[in-house]
Amino acid sequence: MDLTLRVWRQKDRNSPGRLVEYDAKDIDPDMSFLEMLDVVNERLISREEHPIAFDHDCREGICGACSATINGIPHGPERATTVCQLHMRHFKDGDVLTIEPFRARAFPVIRDLMVDRSAFDRIVESGGYVSVRTGSAPEANTLPIPKDVAERAMDAASCIGCGACVAACKNASAMLFVAAKASQLNGLPQGKPEKDRRVLDMVASMDEAGFGNCTNQYECSAVCPKSISEDFIAQLNREYLVASIKQRFARK
Amino acid sequence: MKLDSKTPPGPLAEKWARYRSEIKLVNPANKRKYEIIVVGSGLGGAAAAATLGELGYGVKCFCYQDSPRRAHSIAAQGGINAAKNYQNDGDSVYRLFYDTIKGGDFRAREANVYRLAEVSAEIIDQCTAQGVPFAREYGGHLANRSFGGAQVSRTFYARGQTGQQLLLGAYSALCRQIDAGSVMMFPRTEMLDLVVVDGHAKGIVVRDMVNGKISSYAADAVVLATGGYANVYDLSTNARGCNVTAAYRAYKRGAFFANPCYTQIHPTCIPVSGEYQSKLTLMSESLRNDGRVWVPKRKGDTRPPHKIPEDERDYFLERKYPSYGNLAPRDISSRSAKEVCDDGRGVGPGGLGVYLDFSDAISRLGLETIRERYGNLFEMYERITGEDAYKTPMRIYPALHYTMGGLWVDYNLMSNLPGLHVIGEANFSDHGANRLGASALMQGLADGYFVLPYTIGAYLADLTHKRPSTGHPEFHKVETEVEERTKTLLAINGERSVQSIHKELGKLMWNDAGMARNRKGLKEAIAKIPEIREEFWDNVRVPGDGKEINQELEKAGRLADFLEFGELLCRDALDREESCGGHFREEYQTEEGEALRDDENFSYVSAWEYRGEAQEPVRHKEPLVYEEVKMATRSYK
Repeated sequence: MDLTLRVWRQKDRNSPGRLVEYDAKDIDPDMSFLEMLDVVNERLISREEHPIAFDHDCREGICGACSATINGIPHGPERATTVCQLHMRHFKDGDVLTIEPFRARAFPVIRDLMVDRSAFDRIVESGGYVSVRTGSAPEANTLPIPKDVAERAMDAASCIGCGACVAACKNASAMLFVAAKASQLNGLPQGKPEKDRRVLDMVASMDEAGFGNCTNQYECSAVCPKSISEDFIAQLNREYLVASIKQRFARK
Repeated sequence: MKLDSKTPPGPLAEKWARYRSEIKLVNPANKRKYEIIVVGSGLGGAAAAATLGELGYGVKCFCYQDSPRRAHSIAAQGGINAAKNYQNDGDSVYRLFYDTIKGGDFRAREANVYRLAEVSAEIIDQCTAQGVPFAREYGGHLANRSFGGAQVSRTFYARGQTGQQLLLGAYSALCRQIDAGSVMMFPRTEMLDLVVVDGHAKGIVVRDMVNGKISSYAADAVVLATGGYANVYDLSTNARGCNVTAAYRAYKRGAFFANPCYTQIHPTCIPVSGEYQSKLTLMSESLRNDGRVWVPKRKGDTRPPHKIPEDERDYFLERKYPSYGNLAPRDISSRSAKEVCDDGRGVGPGGLGVYLDFSDAISRLGLETIRERYGNLFEMYERITGEDAYKTPMRIYPALHYTMGGLWVDYNLMSNLPGLHVIGEANFSDHGANRLGASALMQGLADGYFVLPYTIGAYLADLTHKRPSTGHPEFHKVETEVEERTKTLLAINGERSVQSIHKELGKLMWNDAGMARNRKGLKEAIAKIPEIREEFWDNVRVPGDGKEINQELEKAGRLADFLEFGELLCRDALDREESCGGHFREEYQTEEGEALRDDENFSYVSAWEYRGEAQEPVRHKEPLVYEEVKMATRSYK
């Protein structure tokens, strides 16, 4: 099939960017979206032009590196699918595809489709862990955890940290990302001792990074390649409220 | 040169405990005076960096990804082994140890493997305490599943995403140390060379992948946790960025490379669909429990599968191995698939695929049963191929997915180059010639959390070499070499893209040093690889410059090392005149086509020493001495 691509090209963080049009002819419907970009890049290289830079690594939907907004939808039109797992058979001959980086103030574009998502790392650094020293863990089965609790933690823990939730949100909020990590740990007995501190610190770090507020539209959950539920946001809100009240009284 | 494994004396089961009680320790107040560099942030690297930081060392951790959470350990699906014996089915440290040694076809170092089995249980405790959501039973206790090569159920798992969950656990521990200031993290930073001062590894040269700046970091010890080299075959189940550069650069600076020919192939991957293919995807082997493998009997038969009548189909595994049938071991099924495809009877685009047909199982068990058992795999297959495997047979083909060889290390996980430590898939030590399922995650975390943090202390406690500053002439020299190399790559400006040359290398490696190897093919490959290398240095085109994000430049640098490393792999495969584990030499097989091991002549680790561009590398031997186990033929009959 033949496609027309309108791709965001930007040299680096400080340069202005713009959409540039490319022909993508003879695209095999069995290609993945990134393989289609590989082919376009090979052609650009043969014409002595700069290939389109994009983040990618595992190409099986788990590392969370790939990130592109296709015709306005982060990771493209297929539900629960990362760009690397999106195949060209979902498009048709003659389609015009606008391909942009994930847009958010906290995710500056560093080249073409690549953005800097280190703000996510800083959020996890602020409290997305259980403080346990290597070697000091008790025997694993001394702490039975109900199956449904473990399953719910696993649902939250499936997050791949790609940032599509932020890109889909009109406020560029990172609430789904933060909620997923906080809910995984707060729901488990291992994570309970640090529960309050965790939500306060992670939310503070999220705000500091420049992410917006959540207004409960749930675009985040709709584009999430792992279908992480918006229910976790409600849980985070409750836990945040409780933790801030406790903090206020503790100070007085 | 004699390779000393430094295996401690004493009975096998007491070695590690005794070693830990007797090694010299670094005084807690002195730990902060030592700087350690960790390259890689997968299970091994993240666990090591976090633990070393927690102990008080000054740690710098580097990874090429934009976040340490994305290292390729994340893609492991199945699980992690541990000798917990939660199922009360007779598991023990000894049994896990023996299964691993046997699975590795008696080509691993006994003491290392025993230690791995010993610390395995502690890994599960550690990860559970971190909040890793392992699968549980209704009673709230941890669940297990069975895996190949074992008669007990000892594999812990988190849905089909065990690697992801374990990595995120290690990443969270790492993040905690980054926040505490004990670890400095350098994402999007690629190690391009190792710096050796007075015979000790003392630092690395890296490229900042965002601004292109090449700079040096000095340390008291360097830890490589940089994964395997399956991408020398271009197409593999590894992430696109996985590469051999860090390990290969260390090899060129004097570290020995052990057993590069030990590579593992997985029989059930989704086949290549076209020239554009960038990556192969693995599907669980459990599919072979209910699927029947076949190809048309006639060459070049292009009829769709349902138009090929039963008597014109060749169920080749059932025909050749009547007792095992479709469940023949990994290596045998892989090789048989290759044989029928080489014979011109492969199916699908390019003829590199065989059918895995569920129609009999569906009529026998019903669609619902099959959907319950394999629903997620059928879905994954449909996502990638667009085909409905309930209606038409799946197409599968074997693919490279793990490499057992790696830099040579002693019992301390230290290379022959003092100060250079190597952990996880990047070293050679624990899996011998073949790795069992669910053992890679175990090894990465064992090395990172529980072995290296002790053994590196023993090195540092005895250290008399002062840490040099990056102003040392050796740093300057290596940095200049790296800069020159980058400039050369950018200046060639030839006609061919990096990827086209990588593809050429990959095809050659796959044909001559893939599933089955023989003397003639390996010799031809050894002659041909230098020609591809020459073509690369004469005719590659790397657009852009070095002072910005330049993914073509990154790929070119990695390919340049693969182009040398591939030759080393072939040399090792030629040199090892036996078949063992993942290394199958066609000249050495039984009449039934089974691997024929030669313990009398090849019971050793091959460790290759770099001797400069003009000379061939030299192979050293570390004899494998088994104190506890008796070597036996690996038979699963």
